[in-house]
Amino acid sequence: MKTVRVGAGLGFYGDSWRPVRASIERGGVQYIASDHLSELTLAILQKDRQKGNASDPPSGYARDVVPMLTELWPLAAPRGVKFVLNAGGLNPQGARDAVARAFRDKGWKATIATVTGDSVLERIDELRAAGEPLAHMDTGGDISAVRQRLLFANAYLGAQPIADALSQGADIVLTGRVADAALTLGPLAHEFGWQWDDWDRMAAGLTLGHLLECSGQGSGGNFGSAGEWAKVPDYAHLGYPVAEVSEDGTALFTKPPGTGGRISFDTIRQQLLYEVHNPHAYFSPDVVLDMGTLKFDDLGGDRVRISGASGAARPKTLKVVAGYQDGWMGTGMIGFAWPEAYAKCAKSAEIIGTLIEEQVRERGWAVEETNVEYIGYDSLLGANADPTYRDQLNECFLRMTIRTRDKRVADGFGRLFPWLGLSGPPYVGSMKGIQPAKELLGIWPTLVSRDLVEKNIKIEIESIE
Amino acid sequence: MKVALWKIAHARSGDKADRADIGLFAFDAQTYAVLKREVTKERLAKHFAGMGAGPVELWPLDNILALKIVLNAALQGGAARSLRMDNLGKNVAAQLLRMEIEAPEDLPRLKAN
Repeated sequence: MKTVRVGAGLGFYGDSWRPVRASIERGGVQYIASDHLSELTLAILQKDRQKGNASDPPSGYARDVVPMLTELWPLAAPRGVKFVLNAGGLNPQGARDAVARAFRDKGWKATIATVTGDSVLERIDELRAAGEPLAHMDTGGDISAVRQRLLFANAYLGAQPIADALSQGADIVLTGRVADAALTLGPLAHEFGWQWDDWDRMAAGLTLGHLLECSGQGSGGNFGSAGEWAKVPDYAHLGYPVAEVSEDGTALFTKPPGTGGRISFDTIRQQLLYEVHNPHAYFSPDVVLDMGTLKFDDLGGDRVRISGASGAARPKTLKVVAGYQDGWMGTGMIGFAWPEAYAKCAKSAEIIGTLIEEQVRERGWAVEETNVEYIGYDSLLGANADPTYRDQLNECFLRMTIRTRDKRVADGFGRLFPWLGLSGPPYVGSMKGIQPAKELLGIWPTLVSRDLVEKNIKIEIESIE
Repeated sequence: MKVALWKIAHARSGDKADRADIGLFAFDAQTYAVLKREVTKERLAKHFAGMGAGPVELWPLDNILALKIVLNAALQGGAARSLRMDNLGKNVAAQLLRMEIEAPEDLPRLKAN
């Protein structure tokens, strides 16, 4: 019986591809599905595209794709392993050109496809004229409120263009924004010839893609628990997950032999529900998955059998995520050692609070919101921090952040802090410089009729000889 | 007796726009029944009141002994406009594991440890 093995690539822009070597060399994979784009990575790429100069040309794509493929292609090519990557970001052709250049320098051959058409930033007015309100999915807000501040707006495309690119002979498919799981569903649909309205198979492929899209988080990384995380073996060599899929959509979920990490009922179900809203209606461009019928059989030895996926017809709309400029964040930090480490941080927060009030009064600072956190005490657990040892901490850092429309105010805020070193409470921790203003981005999720997006999808194939 | 969730369950959280979402998992079926009974929307809203969270949504998944929990409007508008250290909500699951519920003493994990 034919099976297809798909291995996880990266889980975010900046993730490591070192574990992918093991998947290619020992995991028997035929495809690597690599997810370089988190919800807001496109904002980083947009800034990158705006900032480029002669010595560091603007890219707009996830630059790690070039060194990644340069390292992995010599291992992949002789084994016939193909890559599907959304590393194209805002500029899939640019990513292709960069990879092609690197491959030509080495004298390598490959067929590279690009999938474009996901960006709708230039089409906002056209879409609205066509009757698409582009209202905020959660609040119902009118997009006019952020229209002038939009940095990017991209629809999540499905798996069909990826499967099409593969059937046209692509070894490497570079996309922009696609549903993360489409990076896996595309190769599966292509290999098995699944019908695009075979909802249960689509659902099976979506499930596997979802389990693969966060690299090591699908194989024991970030295993959220008290104590259990310490039992995950050999983090240093944690293997990324691999799905061995059968034609009916059932799969054996595993990882390459000799790697660290853990594939078990526990680690897999954590990843299944990760960043999912209603688990009985998990929307994707290709199918709506009901996770309530899935069956995970833990076979031991880092092997879980996955079956039972059920799907409903794909939605008539595609999700678009847009990002817009939304002010600036100013940050200040100062640390103190025992004695009274926390109390000295709290006193410093009070002092800075007074200075903010004076700046507002005397210099017209526009401060919309102030956030006070104590690193070493409550900066990660918030109101659920346990106060038992608060007043006996060995050390504690105050972190204060403000929200403002004015970049100069955000920059000025950080400069309030160093003065405390000589004129505030004693036993100050090291000052590691002043933090510059950070641009804040709002997110605008919305829906758009899929026909209006899909008519613009374009697949280009380039053969490097 | 009062039991903290970290002793009997595991959890992971993430973000989507302004939502924080958590998967809470029982190690065994007996504990799952207790979680389903005790971890209610009302309890969750109270536990996360400090995040200024909006309405809580909750789905039990009997097939994987899990509760799917969504905290709406919990991330100051989303990770990239949040002023918080934990802008991605990765530690919301850890916050949940600190919740105490009423549970019988004979749960398997309590007997084992």
